[in-house]
Amino acid sequence: MSVAEIKLEKPDGWNRPPIIEPTGEGELLELAMGPHHPSTHGVFRMDVALDGEDVIRLKPVFGYLHRNHEKIAEGASYLASMPYTDRLDYFCSLTNNWAYALAVEKLVGQEVPERAEYIRVILAELTRIQNHAASIGFLIQEMGASGTPLMYAFKEREKILDLFESLTGSRMMCNYMRFGGCRVDVSAAWLDAASKVVAGLPEFVDEFEALLSTNEILMARCQGMGILKPELAVNAGVSGPMLRATGVNYDIRKVDHYGIYDRFQFRVPLGDHGDIYDRYMVRILEMRESIKILEQALPTIPSGPIMDAKAKIRGFRPKPGEAYGRIEAPKGELGFYLISDGGPNPYRYRVRPPSLINLTILEDMCLGHNVADVVLIFGSVDIVLGEVDR
Amino acid sequence: MEEIKAAIEAAVPGAQVEFVPNPSVSAQHSLRLSPESAVAVATFLRDDSELAFDFLSNVSGVDWPDKEIAEKVKVTRQVVKTVDGPEGKVDQTVDETVEETRKRVEPGLLEAVYHLYSVAKKHGPLVIRMRTTNRSDKTQLPSLTPVWRAAEFQEREVFDLYGIIFTAHPDLRRILMWPEFKDHPMRKDYIDPDDFEYEPTPHDEVLKRAQAHRAAAQGTPPVEEGAAGA
Repeated sequence: MSVAEIKLEKPDGWNRPPIIEPTGEGELLELAMGPHHPSTHGVFRMDVALDGEDVIRLKPVFGYLHRNHEKIAEGASYLASMPYTDRLDYFCSLTNNWAYALAVEKLVGQEVPERAEYIRVILAELTRIQNHAASIGFLIQEMGASGTPLMYAFKEREKILDLFESLTGSRMMCNYMRFGGCRVDVSAAWLDAASKVVAGLPEFVDEFEALLSTNEILMARCQGMGILKPELAVNAGVSGPMLRATGVNYDIRKVDHYGIYDRFQFRVPLGDHGDIYDRYMVRILEMRESIKILEQALPTIPSGPIMDAKAKIRGFRPKPGEAYGRIEAPKGELGFYLISDGGPNPYRYRVRPPSLINLTILEDMCLGHNVADVVLIFGSVDIVLGEVDR
Repeated sequence: MEEIKAAIEAAVPGAQVEFVPNPSVSAQHSLRLSPESAVAVATFLRDDSELAFDFLSNVSGVDWPDKEIAEKVKVTRQVVKTVDGPEGKVDQTVDETVEETRKRVEPGLLEAVYHLYSVAKKHGPLVIRMRTTNRSDKTQLPSLTPVWRAAEFQEREVFDLYGIIFTAHPDLRRILMWPEFKDHPMRKDYIDPDDFEYEPTPHDEVLKRAQAHRAAAQGTPPVEEGAAGA
């Protein structure tokens, strides 16, 4: 079915994307951007209808990376799904681990020792910094600045990935959290190395910003582009930096008080206009706030166990019931919904993927812009296809 | 939770809301809505100034297949027994209690679960759920996409993987599987197709299934197992 033929039933009464009628000068051009378009960050397709140069209809097409993660998890034990959550958003495996561990801990009422909570916060904030740096690098790449800014971002990301590798044994597929703690303890040497990396981060963000924030091309292409209204963002379930760039103050770290985020001083950066530039700026400022959290957490980490002594490892069978746990992942609200029937495997295992749900309003943001801007607007959403398609 | 239920019943006339307790320690109890009044209740939950559940976080489908329940029931019945009496053998009617196993089938159904939060009031989650009549021909539920746009892709996914038909959904197409796909893979009784390529070099059971499939496609008898490696 071609994209112009998709008829939306019940056109009124819901928060639908606006209908742009073709001007009638010349024919409509239908363009399939993807699944191998270099801008799509993986295998993703946008079916676009173009009137002249303007996009008048856009439908995202998913599923090229679908492997039914949820069904596989229903056939595996609770712990066996932990390494598989790494593959959801493969830039941020540690926050995926945490979200899943948090949901299971809610399901069984598991406590987490203090040291493990500190390690989780440290790793999650390092993950957030490297994710935001890389996503900004990719955004600039899509503007045509081939390579250089991306390599600046990757240079810093590399240092953080080295920390992950020395702690968990893997750069990206960390498989680190457990129900009731963490897998291995951090050493004093690792904490020293992490402190050194964190000490160098403010300088990196300054340099990155000096390179980009007032760059004329970036400002010309990002300001006033892809505007998202706060009412629509909330109604469409948009979360994370995308939501905060519209000016909605909603950070799950502040709202849910999960982990030990209450103990650290940090602010929630908010945007004003909801355009691409605000999303860029919110990510830069979130990196600065994450550095603040790390500077508070690294020196004050207490000694103690990293696994709760009462944590059940063998014969893990939660009592029947259900739980929904969510965290503020770098891309938005990452949640896991689990139903237990008392068996060793979850009866129902559902991932709430921020990348997929943040794409709900892609059409609304792109309408009226031209193809080169669609690439940029799509890049500013910051998605990973492993999580979109699951 | 009880207050929310009372508020719904006061605001939406004729709304049927059932409290569903959650036995787990998470204590995230839920409210089951009847499909007829679900859209009205959802609109009330979103627009009420006290509740203000403006953020639909998560939509998930759950499959509850037909369940065969075996129950042991004690049945008392009258049995005629021959008893030795003073005047020889006499037939007597005696009450006897027997344990009987009875099987009954609890019909299956599909369920859609919605997790709501409030961005304005910063509270949540509120879990609401709806049930279909059965799993085969009456799987319609009202779509909540007109109330929360966040449900647009997620309800498409539930339709794709579970087969719940959301009436009044503006764009109900498959989202993760391809349009020609027939089944609903997240259902508990879904059977993998036998040409499913999860073995790079098929062996044992997978080889047998693959051969049977190939033979059926080509009309030739399946190859013997020993000869397959040659």
